[in-house]
Amino acid sequence: MNNLFVYCEIEDGAVLDVSLELLTKGKSLAAQLGCKLEAVAIGHNLDGIERQVAPYGVDILHLFDDKRLYPYTSLPHTSIIINLFKQEQPQVCLMGATVIGRDLGPRVSSSLFSGLTADCTALEIGSHEDRKAGKTYEKLLYQIRPAFGGNIVATIINPDNRPQMATVREGVMKKEIFDAAYKTEVVKHDVAKYVSDADFVVNIIERHVEKAKHNLKGSPIVIAGGYGMGSKENFDMLFSLAKELHAEVGATRAAVDAGFVDHDRQIGQTGVTVRPKLYIACGISGQIQHIAGMQDSAMIISVNNDPDAPINAIADYVINGTVEEVIPKMIKYYKKNSK
Amino acid sequence: MRIIVLAKQVPDTRNVGKDAMKEDGTINRGALPAIFNPEDLNALEQALRIKDKFPGTTITMLTMGPGRAAEIIREGMFRGADNGYLLTDRAFAGADTLATSYALSMAIRKIGDFDLIIGGRQAIDGDTAQVGPQVAEKLGLPQVTYAEEIMKIENSKITIRRGIAGGVETVEAPMPLLITVNGSAAECRPRNAKLVQKYKRALGVQEKAEITKAGQPLPYEDDYKQYPYLNIEEWSVADVDADVVQCGLSGSPTKVKTIQNIVFQAKESKVISSADDEIDDLMKELIENHTIG
Repeated sequence: MNNLFVYCEIEDGAVLDVSLELLTKGKSLAAQLGCKLEAVAIGHNLDGIERQVAPYGVDILHLFDDKRLYPYTSLPHTSIIINLFKQEQPQVCLMGATVIGRDLGPRVSSSLFSGLTADCTALEIGSHEDRKAGKTYEKLLYQIRPAFGGNIVATIINPDNRPQMATVREGVMKKEIFDAAYKTEVVKHDVAKYVSDADFVVNIIERHVEKAKHNLKGSPIVIAGGYGMGSKENFDMLFSLAKELHAEVGATRAAVDAGFVDHDRQIGQTGVTVRPKLYIACGISGQIQHIAGMQDSAMIISVNNDPDAPINAIADYVINGTVEEVIPKMIKYYKKNSK
Repeated sequence: MRIIVLAKQVPDTRNVGKDAMKEDGTINRGALPAIFNPEDLNALEQALRIKDKFPGTTITMLTMGPGRAAEIIREGMFRGADNGYLLTDRAFAGADTLATSYALSMAIRKIGDFDLIIGGRQAIDGDTAQVGPQVAEKLGLPQVTYAEEIMKIENSKITIRRGIAGGVETVEAPMPLLITVNGSAAECRPRNAKLVQKYKRALGVQEKAEITKAGQPLPYEDDYKQYPYLNIEEWSVADVDADVVQCGLSGSPTKVKTIQNIVFQAKESKVISSADDEIDDLMKELIENHTIG
């Protein structure tokens, strides 16, 4: 009872990275809370799924296996989670801030009247003193996220309602094996006790999933452009440099919103989080939401004609100049001097 | 068909200037223009397309906010919505997504009959994407989120194309239904000149009070009696029979513990110019220490 739960997303029989990352984070939070880590897997043909999650230190895995539960639809997965949570009374529930997590999480939180914080960039355990009510809360989940256009970072708590729920994007937390030989207890549930036939009202007629066109998350070098790039054409320069350096191109939300590049290249709190060995920020001012998605880069170079751009403060190298000037020079030197 | 469009007036966080924050770290709302939440416009367009296809469809705008948020209703009517309600009460202030959803769901119950509720996927001032699914849950409705296009409505079933991770999915759902629409869906049509002419004087109660507070008469006062649709209706907590404890701050399970202005841990940056030799030296160093190449 009162353990920490992670909802695991499964695509084609594989538990997604975002879920494994949350299990990793969940394991360390559970240790601080002195509770167990439990995982929930809902889908079809789930035999053996425990082997994928056990190394992350899962104490109990709840399995719900039924042909109708894959692919995901809102109501059946919601009913399972709600009924399971009524029974198990978790204190914390973590979900990926994915299309599925952001469809499921709010519905569950509404039904259980528990608070939910979206797109957290950090999770911690801490206390809270409510002076007005004269109450002190121990071991609450601090749900930390940038807010309001990224100028501020807010710490959100749910003092009185359980579970404390949070969603986190892929790549924000690190995935680390806890113990390769960890023993997970598997509980197979009778699906019919949790879902009614009436929940299966939405039919999936067609479904297309393509392999990602690029590997922004895993690329050792990322060249990112911001609104200061000015145009789609100027982004072509970044793609040329990326081709030379075998890098991937990323962008800020402002650049994506302006239509300079595709949405799936967005880096930051509401996009991809990257940790490359080199990050070249071009025409990026550096809002917190963007910084949240790249601050762990080993080396940061900022190319900007505004010497006061906030991103310069976290850069190892600042090149004072326009992107139009600097990038072609980089390409030219690299072509001439690399083998 | 009866459609309710959920829309929110939001500060334009995409254009946050340096004066958006006050020195004490609080938000200078005055420096941020209030706009129609972009994805709610995509949602409105989907509703308008249904109305194009099925004449006789009515579209009702529903928003929650201060008096000036009546602008959202007006903007909706300029594009083809039939009417709208502004949910406004001090008791709604400080609501998190759950308390907001509760208030909206009570207003929807008051509106009564509907086939579809359509809203944007998320609002740019919070980016949570929670209010849509929470309203659906409160009303016991199924939901389709991340919609790209409403493709077909037939035999009280609706076919929707929606975005999923790395792809698309086409689903068929029963009505009544709640749909949230992505920003990548079709853009909203511009205002219609005739409708602007018709509704340009439409005002909410608080907007009228703002005009007349200094003892000024309300311009075109008689129009508001002659054309009832120029009076944008406002609803309070009591008007929608809501439980005040479930509204606003007291109805919000999440609390903001602290808000911090972020100060970056400044590194010691090496600053160079864009001169050829300085760029060359940097590139040389990056190649030599195997950062690149």
